[in-house]
Amino acid sequence: MKIIVTILFILNPRFLFYRSCERVVNNYKNQLFFTTKLIRMPTKNVTDQELVAVAEANIKNFSRRNFLGYIGGASALLLTAAACKKDTNSTNNNSGTDLGSGDVGILNYAYALEQIEAAFYTKVFESPYSGITASETALLGDIRDHEVAHREFFKAALATAAIPALVLDFSSINFSSRDSVLGTAKAFEDLGVSAYNGAGKLIVSADYLLLAGKIVSVEARHAAYIRDIIMPGTFADGLDANGLEISRSPKEVFAIAGTYVKTKLNISNLPTN
Amino acid sequence: MKIENIINEIESVEPEILQRLDGRRNAMKSFAKFSGKIALAALPIAFGSMLNKAYGSPTGPKDAITDVLNFALTLEYLESEFYKAGYDASMAGTLAIPSGAPMGAIKTIRDHEIAHVNFLKTAITSLGGTPVVFTAASFDFTAKGNFPTVFTDYALFLAVAQTFEDTGVRAYKGQAGNLISNNDVLTAALNIHSVEARHASHIRQMRKANGGLVPAGVDVKPWITLNQSGIGTSAVQASYNGEELTTQAGVNIINIGGFVISANAASECFDEPLTKEQVVSIVTPFFA
Repeated sequence: MKIIVTILFILNPRFLFYRSCERVVNNYKNQLFFTTKLIRMPTKNVTDQELVAVAEANIKNFSRRNFLGYIGGASALLLTAAACKKDTNSTNNNSGTDLGSGDVGILNYAYALEQIEAAFYTKVFESPYSGITASETALLGDIRDHEVAHREFFKAALATAAIPALVLDFSSINFSSRDSVLGTAKAFEDLGVSAYNGAGKLIVSADYLLLAGKIVSVEARHAAYIRDIIMPGTFADGLDANGLEISRSPKEVFAIAGTYVKTKLNISNLPTN
Repeated sequence: MKIENIINEIESVEPEILQRLDGRRNAMKSFAKFSGKIALAALPIAFGSMLNKAYGSPTGPKDAITDVLNFALTLEYLESEFYKAGYDASMAGTLAIPSGAPMGAIKTIRDHEIAHVNFLKTAITSLGGTPVVFTAASFDFTAKGNFPTVFTDYALFLAVAQTFEDTGVRAYKGQAGNLISNNDVLTAALNIHSVEARHASHIRQMRKANGGLVPAGVDVKPWITLNQSGIGTSAVQASYNGEELTTQAGVNIINIGGFVISANAASECFDEPLTKEQVVSIVTPFFA
């Protein structure tokens, strides 16, 4: 009886359609993944501007028009993929670790970023750059503690909804070089501030919004400090003409942060407004 | 000007006032997922309009949002007029801000605060509200004689600047929940909030470099340790009370996850909000 039902199910046109969709979509995903891999530049001593340039290049390459241009005559594939999307769970369109949706998704988003920062400063502290001063050792140690506390806080708060520990790749950073370490620290802190600021409007719960607010100002304090020890007086460079920070969407953030993350992440279920 | 006293007096005559104000809060909460606290007290200028609202016909969340923005605008005026006066005193040779990096930083921060004032004025107007207006004459930066040398003593000038920045960060944070129904305004407020935190970080580094008015044995860091102001006067303590929290959302941050996290670090890594009432009470002495 069971076998007959299974055979009938397999022969069911809807099921066959799903199977073919899955293959097409997997193809599409592989192509896309490969494309983005190609344009990710190896970063060493990257400036913030360069990081943003990488992000912009990545986003451009993600765009449908460029994708079509790259594949050439692939509109049928895209149409099939779009048709599949209607009938299948959206996670089937994106492999990798799903950050989730709603507020949980945003908390996992923050958890992912804090994982990157905490791991980075842990490594900085384990192998300090040459010429590090006593003051820098003390304050970078504080920052490491803050980021580890943030990471562990999100892990505890998310409990079973937490994404796993990410596999990170810091091979582009020269941990013995002050310029490389502080340049990366500056990029991470500025990125963190812009990420939390951009995520605020995506949060539904006022309690979570307040928690994000409690953390982002500490990230901004870090960012200003790191900038000042690179170049005194640059604590708030890069604001807009109104003296406001420039926030980033999760997509923009991962286009930059992705350089340091080996784990494939699925951010497609995060809220967008 | 004791706002709390006014409310208390009204309350004694009309016990329902708080309930009415609270009723407004509930109405707004259900309207457009309003949550968080609508402060019960407001700055003098907004006080009348709040009473109107408590007793008047129901109004939409737009008014609540422009009220928050006017509160923010008031704080930005406080800061911008403070830095303008400090910068001008330095140019006149009466306040010894060292030339070079320190003077450059004060100018940078002054310009940001002026830009924030202009941005908020435009935002309030575009939402159909009326921006509050303050001038240099509106303020008394000696805080009723508490800081008589604020524009002649560089260490005191920096101490007051640090207090304003740290208070500003806490004030914006406390209002974020009240802006949750308007994505654009919320994002703009967050994008100012983090800039105030950058200012606070830098002013704190300037205070560490200068060393004046720092209590013995206290290390002034870019972040706030426990409820320490790092300023040798109790006059600013209200701006730091409550920062000593080491538990967040019921989670103990000290040694969290088996990692060595001290109480100092646990308090530093989360900044705490202030309610509008708390902020009003802190800044009231600075109004002439």
